[in-house]
Amino acid sequence: MAELVYFSTKSGNTRRFVEKLGLPATRIPLNRDDQPLHVDEPYILVVPTYGDGDPMSSVPPQVIRFLNDAHNRSLIRGVIAGGNTNFGAAFGLAGRVIARKCQVPLLYRFELMGTEEDVHRVLAGVNEFWKRSA
Amino acid sequence: MDMPATSAARHLSRVDAINWNRLQDDKDLEVWNRLTGNFWLPEKIPLSNDIPSWNTLTEHEQQLTIRVFTGLTLLDTIQGTVGAPTLIEDAVTPHEEAVLTNVSFMESVHARSYSSIFSTLCHTRDVDDAYRWSEENPFLQKKAELILERYRAEDPLMRKVASTFLESFLFYSGFYLPMYWSSRAKLTNTADLIRLIIRDEAIHGYYIGYKFQRQLAQLPAERQEEIKIYAYELLHELYDNEVKYTEALYDDVGLTEDVKKFLHYNANKALMNLGFEALFPASVTDVSPAILAALSPGSDENHDFFSGSGSSYVIGKTVSTEDEDWAF
Repeated sequence: MAELVYFSTKSGNTRRFVEKLGLPATRIPLNRDDQPLHVDEPYILVVPTYGDGDPMSSVPPQVIRFLNDAHNRSLIRGVIAGGNTNFGAAFGLAGRVIARKCQVPLLYRFELMGTEEDVHRVLAGVNEFWKRSA
Repeated sequence: MDMPATSAARHLSRVDAINWNRLQDDKDLEVWNRLTGNFWLPEKIPLSNDIPSWNTLTEHEQQLTIRVFTGLTLLDTIQGTVGAPTLIEDAVTPHEEAVLTNVSFMESVHARSYSSIFSTLCHTRDVDDAYRWSEENPFLQKKAELILERYRAEDPLMRKVASTFLESFLFYSGFYLPMYWSSRAKLTNTADLIRLIIRDEAIHGYYIGYKFQRQLAQLPAERQEEIKIYAYELLHELYDNEVKYTEALYDDVGLTEDVKKFLHYNANKALMNLGFEALFPASVTDVSPAILAALSPGSDENHDFFSGSGSSYVIGKTVSTEDEDWAF
């Protein structure tokens, strides 16, 4: 069954967005000492953007660690990125970096914990996306 | 010694040497790194390149621009000299105090920047007139007073609410104008400087809102609900005043309705920084695409794959991904 894999820091913006979507979702662990996450089903990755606009530091290290697992990486089908338009060209940059690295589409960008509109659009879009790729 | 007890020791009863290698909250270090990495000064921006563009504005447009910038200067001054220092008193970790010293200083840099714009582009007489206007404009003064009231009150949570609203909502009636000029290829260097301020304010709002949420989570559910109601009440009060401020500034140039959309959009983001749901529906937050493009230049590619409304999506032409590529 297709699902979401997400990462969220202590501020919890991405977690809140994913909870509002209400889709099956697995969280990438926050702490380095935690057991690494392994997945066995195709998924869409939901990530916040880190850093100062430098692509090198825009993807959270926990997400890099998760995607460094070749099996995990082979199952990613798309990416949705959180961010803030205040960061200008770096808005949702982590999504663009991952899309390019993994050769998958950047499906959507939302700000902070996302609005009701974002939730509607992502739910409809994700649903359609899985149907098309089935 | 009969010195009166100050309120400075509310949470940290003594001062110990700060140890950045022992963190109580790693968000403090993350934000410290982010803020210090973003450090800038107005001297780095070639504002004088905007002189020819400034001269294409009508007298009225110039007056509007100077007034908007004096309004922003007032908010930065409040945040630099009262807001952030007040929050330092409420800090729960020494690292939070240190982060807030950066916030305080950068607000002073922002306030300083507007004076750099003035001295580069404007006549002293016009600037003096605008400062006088800022002292007399009832809506600007009310905006300042609504925030200062909360800063003077003894409730650390409402101070953070007020501070987050200042950082993430109240600036935007002003930020609209340089983004508008930029979208028309005017004052583009000034817009570059304002975008640096906008970036800083986003981190400030995020961080203060985060600290608010941490503190709120420790309270009983009824108290949490009360604070949430106060927060929405304050936002409504600020919003009503902000609409009047916006009308007073922008009615003459016909931009009021679009500025209001920008207010709604940013009010939602301010609420989200506090962990609360957005208030304004999408039907009133549809800021003109030109303004959004001015805010985030070059970031509009592939933005909505689902609806197909983004620019054409192209998979990047990278070579096959090897594990070592992920050592970013």
